[in-house]
Amino acid sequence: MSEVVISVRELTKCFGDFTAVDRISFDVERGEIFGFLGANGAGKTTAMRMLCGLSFPTSGSGTVAGYDIMHQGEEIKRHIGYMSQRFSLYNDLTVWENIDLFAGIYGLSKSETKQRATELLERLNFASERNTLVGSLPLGWKQKLSFAIATIHRPKVVFLDEPTGGVDPMTRRQFWELIYEAADRGTTIFVTTHYMDEAEYCTRVSIMVDGQVRALDTPARLKQQFAAETMDEVFRTLARGAKRGE
Amino acid sequence: MRGNFLSFVKKESLHILRDRRTMLVVMLIPVVLMILFGFAISTEVNNVNVAVVAPERTDGVRDAVERLAVNDYFTFKGYIESDEIDEYLRSGKATAVVVFATDYDRRATQAAAGIPTKPIIQVVVDASNVNTAGSATAYLQNILLGTASQQSMFETRMLFNPQMKSAYNFVPGIMGLIFILVCAMMTSVSIVREKEVGTMEVLLVSPVRPFKIIFAKMIPYFVISCIVLVTILLLARYLLGVPMSGGVGGIFSLSLLYLVLSLALGLLVSTIASTQVAALLVSAMVMMMPILMLSGMLFPIENLPKFFEVVSNIVPARWYIDAIRKMMIQGLPIVAVWKNCVILLGMTVVLLGVSLKKFNDRLE
Amino acid sequence: MYTIEVDNLKKCYGEVQALDGVSFRVHHGELFGLIGPDGAGKTTLFRLLTTLIKPDSGEAKVDGLDIVADYHAIRSRVGYMPGRFSLYPDLSVEENLNFFAALFGVRVEESYELIEPIYKQIEPFRKRRAGKLSGGMKQKLALSCALIHRPSVLFLDEPTTGVDAVSRSEFWDMLAGLKERGITILVSTPYMDEASRCDRIALCNEGHILGIDTPTGIVQQFNAPLYAIRSKRTFALLEAAREQQGVVQCYPFGECHHLVATEEFDKRLFVEALGDFEDLEIEPTEPTIEDVFIKLMRR
Repeated sequence: MSEVVISVRELTKCFGDFTAVDRISFDVERGEIFGFLGANGAGKTTAMRMLCGLSFPTSGSGTVAGYDIMHQGEEIKRHIGYMSQRFSLYNDLTVWENIDLFAGIYGLSKSETKQRATELLERLNFASERNTLVGSLPLGWKQKLSFAIATIHRPKVVFLDEPTGGVDPMTRRQFWELIYEAADRGTTIFVTTHYMDEAEYCTRVSIMVDGQVRALDTPARLKQQFAAETMDEVFRTLARGAKRGE
Repeated sequence: MRGNFLSFVKKESLHILRDRRTMLVVMLIPVVLMILFGFAISTEVNNVNVAVVAPERTDGVRDAVERLAVNDYFTFKGYIESDEIDEYLRSGKATAVVVFATDYDRRATQAAAGIPTKPIIQVVVDASNVNTAGSATAYLQNILLGTASQQSMFETRMLFNPQMKSAYNFVPGIMGLIFILVCAMMTSVSIVREKEVGTMEVLLVSPVRPFKIIFAKMIPYFVISCIVLVTILLLARYLLGVPMSGGVGGIFSLSLLYLVLSLALGLLVSTIASTQVAALLVSAMVMMMPILMLSGMLFPIENLPKFFEVVSNIVPARWYIDAIRKMMIQGLPIVAVWKNCVILLGMTVVLLGVSLKKFNDRLE
Repeated sequence: MYTIEVDNLKKCYGEVQALDGVSFRVHHGELFGLIGPDGAGKTTLFRLLTTLIKPDSGEAKVDGLDIVADYHAIRSRVGYMPGRFSLYPDLSVEENLNFFAALFGVRVEESYELIEPIYKQIEPFRKRRAGKLSGGMKQKLALSCALIHRPSVLFLDEPTTGVDAVSRSEFWDMLAGLKERGITILVSTPYMDEASRCDRIALCNEGHILGIDTPTGIVQQFNAPLYAIRSKRTFALLEAAREQQGVVQCYPFGECHHLVATEEFDKRLFVEALGDFEDLEIEPTEPTIEDVFIKLMRR
């Protein structure tokens, strides 16, 4: 039996009489790449905020990396990594300065920072770019770098918010390779996205509609279950029934 | 295409009306400033510290000082030497110093008998608080010489603020500032907002010449400024009692010219800045600072270091505020400030020309 | 008769060569897709064709009009939807539409019949502020506004970016409808899976066009054996497969990896060599546009 890293039971979040997240339950195991999908307004962001310890659930319970989401929000923040397409790195700092900054934020010591940063740059083939301003790097490089930085403190779980929008197919695959590698080392990856082809790369996928998890399985089995050829079709079948949003 | 223009104006007005908070701020700032300057500065005379310089402490002098000392409004701080006056006022130990003439008793008797005489009492007063200084001297004259005294017997010397700048002296300054705020800052921000949001791209890719859109944009701001102008003039007249004997027409026409100038300035800023934050910063640095520092609003131009005095010549607000001050307070007609008018007109033409030339109908 | 003719167009911003000699032609009434990642030069190309910027060199014509000399005439004939949300968030749906009608000097009623299939979906919300609409509704409103003056050419710069799958699919249906009405459409997207909805596509990367063809034609350009391989040990499989004989490339592709092989590749030997992957599956697979893109990029 694998170790469960994220576990939620009947997790609910209400804003007034609006139930943004409606009794969701699931488990994510160590080393899994878990795709968390949903249309705009389905409740993805709200659910992810609760998992990251940024907001309290109205009811229900859950643990992330072994910490309770009700009471140990601060501990959770220290033991997860987070990368979003919108905010990741400071463009006006160099590669090295960014690494140093985030290592400091996650409380790594000077010697640890130095050692891991060197290792990280080598793995990415970035050693020659350590003094380059991040702003002048190509988008794909930035994404790889920000993923590496989000995992510099070796978190048990990394949350990725639409990580690979807008890059070329080649760079995108290099990015997924990094994710596979991290998962291979035992890091759990939690990806939110509304691009279905991204979902195909995940070990398992959950699809949220109107605040509830309507489907949860491997992409292959979901496609089978909905007699669909692509995840896109699966998603559309489910999301067409949505009452909320549009 | 004429129908178009109105719908652009309408759209711009909607933007402004939807942004209630900014609207409120713009309308309220002038009112608040006017009330602040009109009332917040205390006109009460209370516990004014007075020192006395008397070469001979005759009966007459002692009698007068006695009357001063028992009065509730004044606190007698004792006799001092004439070379201490400056130090007392500067340090705040006294707000006013009463100086008696050497042959006070004799001349007071002469005066009482109706014989004209030279001043026998001089009051040196710290005028940095204008209202206190004004009321205190009037009151002192009353106490020391009685209501029937002759004006000529009494001499006042104002220190630190010899022009007796008072509340309504600030009105022209407020006007110079507020119109730049409404016209230049708000128009530039609203034009730049279109660049930032991305709507400028769509506007440019349309058959309408951008000038048309820009002018339509300026109209609502011009209207708001006119409302603000009327508000300020009304408040100045009826709340602060500013005489405006130079003629409201002149003040109004010059202000309209200044509004156009401000709009041109706003357009120029919008061609330079590409984000709303940048537009605000440029406006603040290029317009607000010079107005506060170099327009004569806070510091008299003649007191500025030579360099800044020269620089102040290119600050439009300097000429505007100066002209408005002359018309509003000194009561001069608009012809008396023709030089200011010509300079402002010239600046408007140059600014409009430059900003229209700089304004591009492409993105580059 | 071509509606859009682009001839060796170049444009650089400072040191960045955004567009490095691009040429293509779009027929009247065609739905032409520019497919490529960020930084491919798609937005620069749109801005050139909509006369927002001038090229450094090269020529282009839209509807027979030169993009530099006749820029003003072009502006009344094209509809443009920039990449970012380009409506007034503080104005209502209706106010936005009326404003854009006024901008082009038309009345909404004149074009209503053209925009109806799109606009009627958001009409129930016509009093709502545009900023409060969902992504899909914003997109429909922006398209309605771009169509209000009945343009002959429509430029849509990444209209489906940031929009969910259902709305994206609906959007492509709407474009198909507009194409029926004879409107020439140039649309860009970073999503390869949307390419099949276009008549012809150009694959773009870093200021160049890698290839132009119909979606099926493009895929046929991929003339090498392609296999899908899979195992639970995803990452290890990737590394191991790359070591094998006859493997040109192996990269993640959704649930499986795609393996590009040489003609000499022997499937049996490959399976034998990877004997310690008990759950290894390998089967020939059809290439997709992404495979073609990757192949063209390598060249």
